[in-house]
Amino acid sequence: MGRTVAQKIFDAHEVDRPADNVRVLALDRVFCHEITTPIAIDDLVAIGRDRVFDPARIKVVIDHVSPAKDSKTAIQGKTLRDWARRHGIADFFDIGDNGVCHALFPEKGFVRPGFTVIMGDSHTCTHGAFGAFAAGVGTTDLEVGILKGVCAFREPQTIKVVLNGRLRPGVYAKDAILTIIKMLTVNGATDQVIEFAGEAVAALGMDGRMTLCNMAIEAGGTCGICYPDMVTVDYLWEFIRSEYPDKAAALADFSRFLPDADAVYTKVVEIDASAIEPVATVGYKPDQVKPVRELAGTRVDQVYIGSCTNGRIEDLRVAAEVMRNRHIAPTVRCVISPATPLVYRQALEEGLIAVFMAAGCCVTNPTCGACLGMSNGVLAPGEVCASTTNRNFNGRMGRGGMVHLMSPATAAATAVAGTIVNSPFYR
Amino acid sequence: MKNFSGKILFLDRSDINTDEIIPAKYLTESSKAALKPYCLEDLALEGFDPKRDVPGAGVIVTRANFGCGSSREHAPWVLECNGINLVIAVNFARIFRQNMFNCGLLAVTLPEAEIDDLFKTFAASGAELTTDLDRQVFTVTGGGVTREYRFDVGDFDLALVRAGGWVAYADRKY
Repeated sequence: MGRTVAQKIFDAHEVDRPADNVRVLALDRVFCHEITTPIAIDDLVAIGRDRVFDPARIKVVIDHVSPAKDSKTAIQGKTLRDWARRHGIADFFDIGDNGVCHALFPEKGFVRPGFTVIMGDSHTCTHGAFGAFAAGVGTTDLEVGILKGVCAFREPQTIKVVLNGRLRPGVYAKDAILTIIKMLTVNGATDQVIEFAGEAVAALGMDGRMTLCNMAIEAGGTCGICYPDMVTVDYLWEFIRSEYPDKAAALADFSRFLPDADAVYTKVVEIDASAIEPVATVGYKPDQVKPVRELAGTRVDQVYIGSCTNGRIEDLRVAAEVMRNRHIAPTVRCVISPATPLVYRQALEEGLIAVFMAAGCCVTNPTCGACLGMSNGVLAPGEVCASTTNRNFNGRMGRGGMVHLMSPATAAATAVAGTIVNSPFYR
Repeated sequence: MKNFSGKILFLDRSDINTDEIIPAKYLTESSKAALKPYCLEDLALEGFDPKRDVPGAGVIVTRANFGCGSSREHAPWVLECNGINLVIAVNFARIFRQNMFNCGLLAVTLPEAEIDDLFKTFAASGAELTTDLDRQVFTVTGGGVTREYRFDVGDFDLALVRAGGWVAYADRKY
């Protein structure tokens, strides 16, 4: 019987099968940040196991609250920093070099097709954009990953979502994934991997594919996966050129992890990509999704453009195109957070930062901050935020606040109008 | 092994997320015990007051997709800090469920009809639940009614609970 991507990756990494439907996998990458790792570190110290399985396969960043906003977040940063140094973890990214983990680590070339990746962060599913199996885990799984380099998962089941045709101009990966989550519901992919296939996915760059996979968890999915192709190889080429004679050889190698033609799926969902229109969330669940046109006129107090979902260079380019020679509405404040230093530098060199500043936006350093209401743009009770992030849960960006999730194009157009509106690119 | 019996706290809603169980602003705490006062603080549910209803509870019975959203293990920790070592639901978000067993706690699914029955029969009466892990049976008593519910926890999950969690299990085995 044919195998899915996740099944092939599991087969290549299995170290134990402690029960019929449970497989313990060897990990290629353990990613760490300062919110969920320090308690694992403290516990390893407390039980006399202050070791790491392989410092080269552990990658570490301070990203959620950076710069530290108070003593507690400073202590979390210090715990992580001291630990990375004492174990000789070379890939440790502190302020100045740090960025949102799921944007920074791909950019550094840390994820390859066929890899197994865990992190104490639910949006780890982002890295499946490279054809990897990447799953968010809790602190205990992270702790065992750090110590032993293994993690247990149930036998993977997969939903295949096929985006046929092309997205229309002014419609982006964010609109596609919100539309998919609406179809699947917030519980519809629980314990499932989601393979994203079809012409519209193949036409996306890596930034768009990461947006797509990033929100697999919002349907309950363990991991989102895109098939490795020449777009993947081009993105990774600077990191892998010494390993392959040419790009075709790299692609042939990565193709080992493509699904078999007779792979077995829980279900296959076919979607006409050309029928997808710009959408945004309403309410407090990410499957509560409506066309932007139905929300037109909704007043917002803040616009936030950033995060592991939509803080990459393609996102900022689109937002800047909408804001060029315009000013945000006087009733709105707009916070833009480039997701990594490289994105920030590119945005500077391309003049995007100048566009944002002329438009009256605040451009912050790379950090997760406002997305989860920790810093850099927390809402007051009763305030409304148009946001390019991934969760609209009650209180997510600040107690009593309302979050409407949308694409960077829609968010930028909303900042200019002061009310939710379609971007000029969608006609 | 931990205690899996106690007074039931009924939470009558699906999709209760980990932000509602423990808001992100408390993730800056460096100890599990410091989370205790904030359990279910952001859960807006009619008739539910965390300050009144969490103390004294030992078991949560709820609907579908409990623990969705963030991977934060602070969610199981804040339940455990408050003496809640068992959650019973129609189903769970994957990471939350794994986190519970990884901590040696129980996240048990029952069919929707039995969850309905639990709500209908016991939600109003302040019921007590006892767990027999060997027989895999819950006994619920309240309002003069006693009922048994069979459950099924997989071998691996049970091994984690008996070992006291995934760290102890993995440290011995791998």
